[in-house]
Amino acid sequence: MNLLSIHNLSQSFDGKAILDDLSLDFREGHIHAVIGPNGAGKSTLANTIMGLHGYTNHGGDIIFDGASLQGVPVEERARRGITLAWQEPARFEGLSVLRFVGAGSKRKDPTHIKGILELLGMEGDRYLHRSVDRTLSGGERKRIELASILAMEPRLILMDEPDSGIDVEALEHIFTALRRLKEQGATVIMITHSRTVLEQADHAFLMCNGRLRDKGPVAQIGRYFIDRCLPCAHINEPVEEEAKA
Amino acid sequence: MTTSDLVSALLESIGMTDPHGLSDNTARIEVHENRVVGIKLVPGLKVEAEEGDDGVAAVISVEAGKRLEKPVHICFGVLPEDGKQHIDLDIRIEENAYASFLAHCTFPNAVDVLHTMTAAIEVEPGAHYAYFERHVHGQHGGIVVAPEARVIVHENAEFTTEFELIKGRAGKIKFDYETICHDRSVVEMTARINGRADDTIEIHERARLIGEEARAALISHIALRDEARADIFNDIIALGDRARGHVDCKEIVLDRAVAKAIPMVEVRNPTAHITHEAAIGSVDSKQLQTLLSRGLTEDEATDLIIEGLLSKKARWTNE
Repeated sequence: MNLLSIHNLSQSFDGKAILDDLSLDFREGHIHAVIGPNGAGKSTLANTIMGLHGYTNHGGDIIFDGASLQGVPVEERARRGITLAWQEPARFEGLSVLRFVGAGSKRKDPTHIKGILELLGMEGDRYLHRSVDRTLSGGERKRIELASILAMEPRLILMDEPDSGIDVEALEHIFTALRRLKEQGATVIMITHSRTVLEQADHAFLMCNGRLRDKGPVAQIGRYFIDRCLPCAHINEPVEEEAKA
Repeated sequence: MTTSDLVSALLESIGMTDPHGLSDNTARIEVHENRVVGIKLVPGLKVEAEEGDDGVAAVISVEAGKRLEKPVHICFGVLPEDGKQHIDLDIRIEENAYASFLAHCTFPNAVDVLHTMTAAIEVEPGAHYAYFERHVHGQHGGIVVAPEARVIVHENAEFTTEFELIKGRAGKIKFDYETICHDRSVVEMTARINGRADDTIEIHERARLIGEEARAALISHIALRDEARADIFNDIIALGDRARGHVDCKEIVLDRAVAKAIPMVEVRNPTAHITHEAAIGSVDSKQLQTLLSRGLTEDEATDLIIEGLLSKKARWTNE
């Protein structure tokens, strides 16, 4: 069963098409990867599904759990169970980890929040009262972002470049969180151009130049990406025949 | 009302229901309008207070080398709707002494209240003086708060002050603090204020870094809604060798509020260095959208971002 279906989605900025007649289906309870080179439109896809400001004026439709998201504001999408883990999460001066993670959580008690942090390899006592500001490293901030996602118990998580700016150890904890989300029955869409991240997925889509280039098992899509996309002289500017293929 | 009742009422207005909640070895000074209604000293702390028609004059000193283990608890307030309070302070923290003060200024029913303070503060060599001032105001906004302080911070001494007004209406706040910073002294002055309706906030803070390796940070974090207005003037002048200073002014402006920040930094010594940052505007879009994507409404998200801004306790000088 599909939790999310994208129908003929188009999105353009300053007259340039970033998403071009894109149609995709995402099965419930699966981890999906959307892979492609820089500029392929992957983050725009995530932001459009989330309905962030500036991304709502698109062509086509997005169906979540059987209902169109046309005109549904971002906070209402979140309440229906969609959320986004940002590639470079915002910093909040003075706001404690406890307050930030608890903000969207169904349970706000410190013991619960602490347990989530510990799942991500962060000592609760050390982090609960720290500020979500510039004093956190990129990896710490990214894990706290994921902690706030886990606390929400969402149905659909959009993860934009989960591995960017973090070390190998932090990445392992992020993969642990991914498995936890899957156990909870959540559907995950990971935006990536990393093979390591791709390998965590059950299914993959390959995007290029705002269009769907291919879809299928992770191994097949990964091989195609490495063999064909990375060396491609027309990266993000595919020749007409390739784009139509 | 008896003196004892007044003390109880003052403490209740700041959320301390038990007037004896402070332990026996906590020093206390309580002033209602222009009357000293409670005072308790501890070894090392001297207070001479005199009541006059125009206000209360108090000379406070901490003996050289003494360390006051617990913060001195101060409560200044006017409980009726109308009234005036003037406090004239002469504070001396003697050589190598250490003292911190926790002051509550409470005007919970103010409709037409004036609270003014003039302070001359001297922090002698090697001494440490920290003053945390939390204001408790009501919802009428009929309060004028106008403190002025002239502070001399001698060599190797430290002076930190933090002014907090987060709940209730700010009314009209105008403060004017000036510090003279000698060799290797450290000064940090922070204001965190939430303004709404037609509140006006005017802050003048100056630090003159005359000593070598003197350091100062002036920090103002302000949130404004409705028709509120804030004018922040933070000045640092560096004259001493290797003096360091930082001005940090962050203001969130919503509705029809107006914010103005004028940092003035002046360096008269090529080995000195001063930085400043000012950020004024609506709430940050990325922060807002992050919280919206967690299911918060725009109002809830804005409140949480402001809570963070106003709860920040910066410690630039220790970095």
